[in-house]
Amino acid sequence: MKNLFSVLSGTLFGIGLYLSGMTNTVKVQGFLDFFGNWDPTLAFVMGGAILPMAVAWALTRNRTPLIGGSFPARPETRFDRKLITGAVLFGMGWGLVGLCPGPALASLSFGGIGGLVFLVTMLAGMLIAPKVSRLLDRTEAAGYIKS
Amino acid sequence: MIEIEWIWGLIGGLIIGCGGAVYLLGNGRIMGASGILGGLVDGTSRNLRVERMFFIAALIIAPAVLIFFSGRPAETNLTGNMVLVGIAGLLVGLGTRIGNGCTSGHGVCGISRVSPRGIVSTLVYIFAGAMMVVALRAIMGGL
Repeated sequence: MKNLFSVLSGTLFGIGLYLSGMTNTVKVQGFLDFFGNWDPTLAFVMGGAILPMAVAWALTRNRTPLIGGSFPARPETRFDRKLITGAVLFGMGWGLVGLCPGPALASLSFGGIGGLVFLVTMLAGMLIAPKVSRLLDRTEAAGYIKS
Repeated sequence: MIEIEWIWGLIGGLIIGCGGAVYLLGNGRIMGASGILGGLVDGTSRNLRVERMFFIAALIIAPAVLIFFSGRPAETNLTGNMVLVGIAGLLVGLGTRIGNGCTSGHGVCGISRVSPRGIVSTLVYIFAGAMMVVALRAIMGGL
């Protein structure tokens, strides 16, 4: 059952990304181009996606997932070095060529060699990330002791 | 032309949100592309391996099937500069895993539950992305 939900979810996500134009890097970079010829499409995609998700979050109250178990814990409010460093690095890569993980996968079938190169280096980045995370945790802990 | 594009953005967005809703209400998990893919790569939560593989397979195959049967154009317009593509991939993979989320996890799923971390992350990566586009314009003379 959970695999069926996974397939349904991945299918909707992939089709939504493609139809919205988010697999087109020009539209993504166009959204980030606030000082140029700004393309608002991504804001509509984000807004459109947030609506059903907000309903879904409301429905999680006093319920359990359909496959059983429990829903994710309440959101954390911890703003550590990893959250900010990660977001900065991600944003830089995203702005550089206009791809993020979801669209990189959704466009794999028509993204050509470039799409494959992006996927391979993204996987490499994901593989070394735990080491970098530990390093950031250590330096943050050391910083607290000093201050 | 712009009117048609934002309507497609809204329709596509609603479909994306329904995908996230299915993953949340069905499996009790947050539909974050980087978390699902990254979890497979670094071997965290091995019990989620199979459902994650199904999710990723569907995410890759569904647009391919849609394009095949609809005959709609499919173009990423990705730059041909493979050095830039490689660096960008590395930054995206590293950043999303260190920061624990990307546009889907922190953006769509985080903002919709008013998660402070999701909102802060989204503001930071949009700002960093916008600065990168400014830098690209200055250095390369355009996008």
